[in-house]
Amino acid sequence: MTDNKTIVRPYGDTTGDGMVQVSFTLPIPHDKKAEGAALQLAAKMGLEPAMLVHAKPMGGGFTFFVVYGSVRHLVELEKVQVVERDFPLLGAKEVNAVVKKRMRRKLVVVGACIGTDAHTVGIDAILNIKGYAGQKGLEYYRELRVVNLGAQVAVPELVERARAEKADAVLVSQVVTQKDAHLHNTKEMSAAFREAFPAAKRPLLVVGGPRFDELATGELGVDRIFGRGTTPAEVASYLVHALVEKKAVPAA
Amino acid sequence: MKLDLDPALVRRARQLAREAGAPVVDMARTHTTVSVERAVLRLAGITGADPDGIPWVNRLVDAVRNDAGLEHGVSLPVFHALAETGETDLTLLAQKAAAGSVRFTVPVKKDATAAKRLARRFAGAGIKQIDKRRAERDKLIKRHGDPKQRPWIYLIVATGDIYEDIPQAQAAAREGADIIAVIRSTGQSLLDYVPEGATREGFAGTYATQENFRLMRAALDESSKELGRYVRLTNYASGLCMPEIAALAGLQRLDMMLNDSMYGILFRDINPIRTFVDQRFSRQVHARAGIIINTGEDNYLTTADAVEAAHTVTVSQLLNEYFAKEAGLADWQLGLGHAFEINPDIPDSFRLELAHALLARELFPEAPLKWMPPTKHMTGDVFRGNLLDGFFNLAGTLTGQGILLVGMMTEAVVTPWLSDRDIALQNVRYVLGAAGNLHEDFVPAPGGFIQNRANQVLNEAITLLEDIKADTLLNAIADGTFGIMKRPADRGKGLDGVAKQAEGYYNPATEILESAPAATTDVSER
Repeated sequence: MTDNKTIVRPYGDTTGDGMVQVSFTLPIPHDKKAEGAALQLAAKMGLEPAMLVHAKPMGGGFTFFVVYGSVRHLVELEKVQVVERDFPLLGAKEVNAVVKKRMRRKLVVVGACIGTDAHTVGIDAILNIKGYAGQKGLEYYRELRVVNLGAQVAVPELVERARAEKADAVLVSQVVTQKDAHLHNTKEMSAAFREAFPAAKRPLLVVGGPRFDELATGELGVDRIFGRGTTPAEVASYLVHALVEKKAVPAA
Repeated sequence: MKLDLDPALVRRARQLAREAGAPVVDMARTHTTVSVERAVLRLAGITGADPDGIPWVNRLVDAVRNDAGLEHGVSLPVFHALAETGETDLTLLAQKAAAGSVRFTVPVKKDATAAKRLARRFAGAGIKQIDKRRAERDKLIKRHGDPKQRPWIYLIVATGDIYEDIPQAQAAAREGADIIAVIRSTGQSLLDYVPEGATREGFAGTYATQENFRLMRAALDESSKELGRYVRLTNYASGLCMPEIAALAGLQRLDMMLNDSMYGILFRDINPIRTFVDQRFSRQVHARAGIIINTGEDNYLTTADAVEAAHTVTVSQLLNEYFAKEAGLADWQLGLGHAFEINPDIPDSFRLELAHALLARELFPEAPLKWMPPTKHMTGDVFRGNLLDGFFNLAGTLTGQGILLVGMMTEAVVTPWLSDRDIALQNVRYVLGAAGNLHEDFVPAPGGFIQNRANQVLNEAITLLEDIKADTLLNAIADGTFGIMKRPADRGKGLDGVAKQAEGYYNPATEILESAPAATTDVSER
């Protein structure tokens, strides 16, 4: 093995054999033609030669296949591009440890759906202990204190609660996008916080929702935007990164 | 008995659960909630929603509350108004009330007596409907038969679109599912109303509505006929509308309902008083409807460590049993939950699972325990996941679990694909076929690892129950005894929908349910 490989192929049992396995379902009954169809798909995926090792009818109109074959594509390592997250992903224990050690108090998160949006799916997925995608929500983190205000919270109320709770971060979720409601609401919210707090005391503003452009932080006046599929651990890791790692520790 | 549990200890555990639970029952008897009151009106026949989709029952209860408060119950003011206006239909009354043309007052003396009589007649009609549904189920089970094997095989569908769910559920039944559960849309538990009509959009699940219930039950009745076994339907009586959903389930002949005594408090931050009041009423309805409840102890193990917190599952099962029986549920209706969630990397993890599962089996010998698959240690390595699910299935059959929720190797990866379900069912069939009767030979060694572990968990459960009793259950919940969540009784969602009953509070449904004739279902075969 050398470190300076630039081109690799999948490995079955011999260097360069290119062997992969795939399994898939086609919506057709199992017969000779179906097996031929599976092999055709394999060929189009670049598997040549391909072996159909398993075909099983499922519920009449479907067939499940397992195919092994040598894939002709080459992986060019030099052309691999990845978008790096600009903060490290931490587990709950690590998040708790950093907050405990560096802040020496609980990190306070206030969350809400603002405007007329009654879809608390997003904020609940991130905050409720039940969580999302097999991950527990922020309530599960011992060193975070979570105040979930729920749905249809007015912006002034959110600002007041954030002040009363001494929020370190405010999380807002927006699902409804009719007439760009999510953008208007978010701008209104960020303007209100800028008006109510001096820059140094303003809580971190985070919005999330399926239709936001993650790059629009400047335009919307928030510190961070999270899109579809964001997990609680990503949000927790970001909060720790932005509030603890990046900033000097605020006085408790 | 395979564990050689000390009967005196088991009695002590039950006694402690009763003592810890009794003050909560007293509280539930002396409070009401908007959702309990709405459930009563739903039983009394109110249906439909306004043009904004807000159910008429919500509009009516809100109007009554505005005029007359909640503390007397809504039945007296509503049925007094019904008599006064000469209406015969509650939905029409709700529409008038929403338009502001009806005022509600709490009637007294003769008017109160008349309103009670009318309320009892209306609510009684709904409960009779539930009785009819139950008799219908008994008849269909007699005709089509129960599943041939234990455990019953429980599969989930969750597309968000009821019309997509139906063919999937029928396909799953054909492939061997005995029970179909339709997962609810994320966030429904926090809606303070039950959506109306057939729904085609949901978030990671399908809304529980009366029409969706009806459509799916009708589809599974077809499947039952086709397959020659009665296919059961499950949904969720949980969240802020627990009592109403229980009533709708009874009216539409659902067969099982997820219904835990503390899940909403701990995992959804719903107010503890609201939850216990709603829960008692919903369980009274389930008792009457012949519905099997499924409790949610598996959830504790997804947050806490499954070895360290094993005894909290036992404690919760004992509390769930006490609350269920107090509400009139019979042993055969108690699908007490537990789960296969021990970290597979720790030594003897499978022996520990067997000890815990057998403990539940022997503590509740007559209950159809609900056995939940691994989720916490399913990582996306689908090959290892399939192996874990195989061991889960083996533990289930070896310890005589009643209801087996089929684990998917793609847990935590995708919502199950058609092929995932097929592979999972193949896994179940193999294990039940190869080892379905192995429990006859499986007798843990006296004084051995499994017996010792089970006894240890029981002892830890008793210690925790003693603490809870000393502290009171509400305080224990407030202090974070379960899971790690602190849930004080004066906080949480839905608290503003709770009222202490005033002198003269009247609820016709509770009155009928509490004077209920004994259950009629023949349970000898279950």
